[in-house]
Amino acid sequence: MTQPIKFYQTGTFTVGNRLLPPEQRSVQSSIARDNSLNSGHRACQGCGEALGARYAVDAAMRATNGRLIAANATGCLEVFSTPYPESSWQLPWLHSLFGNAAAVGSGIAAALRVKARKAGQAESSTRVIAQGGDGGTTDIGFGCLSGMFERNDDVLYICYDNEGYMNTGVQRSSATPPTARTATTMPLGPEPGEAFGQGKDLPLIAMAHEIPYVATATVADLRDLEAKVEKAMSLHGARYLHVFVPCPLGWGSASCDTIKLARLVRETGLFPVFEAEHGQITDVTTIRRRIPVEEYLRPQKRFAHLFGDPGRPDLIARLQAGADRNIERFGLLGPQTSEESS
Amino acid sequence: MKKPFAITLDPDSALANKTGAWRTERPVYVDRLPPCNRECPAGEDIQGWLYHAEGGDYEAAWRHLTRDNPFPAIMGRVCYHTCESVCNRAKLDSAVGINSVEGFLGDEALRCGWRFEPPAQESGYRVLVIGAGPSGLSAAYQLRQLGHAVTVLEAGPMPGGMMRFGIPKYRLSRDVLDAEVQRIADMGVTFRYNEKASDLAEAMRDEKAHACFLAIGAHIAKRAYIPAKDSARILDAVSVLRSMEEGEKPLLGRKVAVYGGGNTAIDVARTARRLGATDAVIVYRRNRERMPAHDFELEEALEEGVMVKWLSTITSADEGKLTIEKMELDANGHPQPTGEYETLDADSLVLALGQDIDMSLLETVSDLTFEDGRVEVDPHTMMTGHPGLFAGGDMSPGERNVTVAIGQAKKAARHMDAWLRGVNLGPKPEKAVADFERLNTWYYSDAPKTIRPKLDAVRRTSSFDEVQGALTEDTALFEARRCLSCGNCFECDNCYGVCPDNAVIKLGPGKGFQINLDYCKGCGICVEECPCGAIDMVPEES
Repeated sequence: MTQPIKFYQTGTFTVGNRLLPPEQRSVQSSIARDNSLNSGHRACQGCGEALGARYAVDAAMRATNGRLIAANATGCLEVFSTPYPESSWQLPWLHSLFGNAAAVGSGIAAALRVKARKAGQAESSTRVIAQGGDGGTTDIGFGCLSGMFERNDDVLYICYDNEGYMNTGVQRSSATPPTARTATTMPLGPEPGEAFGQGKDLPLIAMAHEIPYVATATVADLRDLEAKVEKAMSLHGARYLHVFVPCPLGWGSASCDTIKLARLVRETGLFPVFEAEHGQITDVTTIRRRIPVEEYLRPQKRFAHLFGDPGRPDLIARLQAGADRNIERFGLLGPQTSEESS
Repeated sequence: MKKPFAITLDPDSALANKTGAWRTERPVYVDRLPPCNRECPAGEDIQGWLYHAEGGDYEAAWRHLTRDNPFPAIMGRVCYHTCESVCNRAKLDSAVGINSVEGFLGDEALRCGWRFEPPAQESGYRVLVIGAGPSGLSAAYQLRQLGHAVTVLEAGPMPGGMMRFGIPKYRLSRDVLDAEVQRIADMGVTFRYNEKASDLAEAMRDEKAHACFLAIGAHIAKRAYIPAKDSARILDAVSVLRSMEEGEKPLLGRKVAVYGGGNTAIDVARTARRLGATDAVIVYRRNRERMPAHDFELEEALEEGVMVKWLSTITSADEGKLTIEKMELDANGHPQPTGEYETLDADSLVLALGQDIDMSLLETVSDLTFEDGRVEVDPHTMMTGHPGLFAGGDMSPGERNVTVAIGQAKKAARHMDAWLRGVNLGPKPEKAVADFERLNTWYYSDAPKTIRPKLDAVRRTSSFDEVQGALTEDTALFEARRCLSCGNCFECDNCYGVCPDNAVIKLGPGKGFQINLDYCKGCGICVEECPCGAIDMVPEES
């Protein structure tokens, strides 16, 4: 792998890069970033969701010149950011119920459209996002979200996926991965932790609605996440962004390992990072340095029962098979030459 | 605005919640010592000057570099760059080409005519430097920068010492040497050539010098007893290499044997090839593993057709031929005679068996001690037993090479300055080393080392053109940017970006970052995600 033409020491791997021209630098590297979710919030130390939300909403703020309204589902993000009488948000932000964030977003978008029309404009210059955790998205708010997709309402829905109901005490959600320990999937019996099943892959379900834009991202790859938010905001209609955000509390990981885990999950293939338009995958972020799933699982206490003596190598092998399937299915190793694949 | 109860909250009102109270550990920015800087015999801040070069500000890089070493163009050609052998990047792909970037900066400075600023203020002290070799020149430069009036006495006709009379042209162009020395003279250093000090005490009185730095090179060739007929032509390496610079070229003949296994032996053999010798044979009594010469120099010599007779001693010399005895290594690795002899055709024999120093000028100086032909110095200050008399380079203990000599002189100059002003410097605080284990190498782009071009082998045996080519600006920039900046912030903004609590304050270009302790919860993500390991996690006092 050589980069003979453009070489910037850290390329776009780091948040900023003094060697890049200013227009190519990330939103987060700027002193002028919005800090839409500001200091003082009560998220745990090392919260991936707090980080992911600031990354995504700041990028959306830049893309819309600060003309942005957010609807928020109930969940960690809502609870830690707005405990009465304080708010950490620096944009118009609205919380209604656990399950209706997508519907509230649709409503705001409809109201803005009416206001624009009455003012004699073709469309409103103010844009709408709706956001929630995996519980509020894949379980409780799923009906409203599917409706928003089906009607192609002009809302970007952002799901911050930490794979469980963390705020209420770490219960399982339909985004919890197989074998993971939660308060409701204890590591007991022949199949400890969350059962193997079909799961609920919301990015693929969103794609099945053939909406204009669906993408996945992680908090470990800021530049990719910002580019996807910017792309989403350049489009109209229903858009969906699924962001992988580690949770030190619910996963039993060190607070300093949040970004590391998000980096590792992509390198295993367990979480494919891609973009799709109108139901078709248009781009895939390839794995840079492939690693076995153990490297990702081992630092998390929710998978501790898979390791040790005797451990459950059979279950690790099943998880690895799932990662391998993703790699195959999404082409996560990039275009293979015949020499490499033979 | 009147707001309904518990429905509307003011934006940013959570700033009232000082989450810093949760913290049990805090991140602290540190500067660690990169391994290259620690290894450099001249004490260059390599990471520091590469930082400027990365941004394309070559003049700032050159100015930063020359704080410690006034000869980057020479270094780029003759330094053995031990820095690269400890570079952390070697554990990723290959070491940063520090030496080639240094050479580029040196050449760029010569091309652009960058000069050293004269001192802002004269100190009023006069200092004498004996010898205009690398150590003497480095001392003169450093002492002049500190404001002292410097006079350099040189026994030879030109400056450079072993850089001129020992290192052949194909490794160091004389234009480069002259230009980098001239820059020191331009600062207001007085040079007096062909002036051999025979009595140091007298020379210091004559010059009214308050202190003196001694840097006499090792110009006396060591001899070995070899039974020889009168008709045998035997020369020594020092005079062969010296005569390449002065007057007549040495007459070596078509078949040349060189006796010895050091870098000088190789220099002579390569010089002989360039002078037209068909056979240049190095005779060395041990094997390649035990040869003191640097392996890359031997490799280059072999490429040029130089041959080596390993495990051989010369027992006698006759006209046109030598008698050689085969040796074998004993259990301790010492060569032992085998009683097997052979003859080697040779028009001349050049002895490259090491060099001694002429210390006769020190006879009138009190309180000096000598060991192994060198003058003893305090290793922390480079001062000899005689107050105010410092020494460095080949005449002081330590490895003998240009970079070591430059570093010793820098250290001596610093302490001489303190001694003159009556200040006690004390030991320099040691910084912790930036180990590879502290780096988060994920963040660095993949980038293999840039190889400098080499002169074609044909031209290498027919001319004295420099063998080692230089980097172009593009490749030098690329190479500089391969630096990992171990242990020193390079403003990648990672800490600023990855904080979930927006508790890192970005102070702007060149100013770095600061932790906002009102809100930092002490999660440690910034420490973990710092590519270069420039943040420590420190427990809060309870």
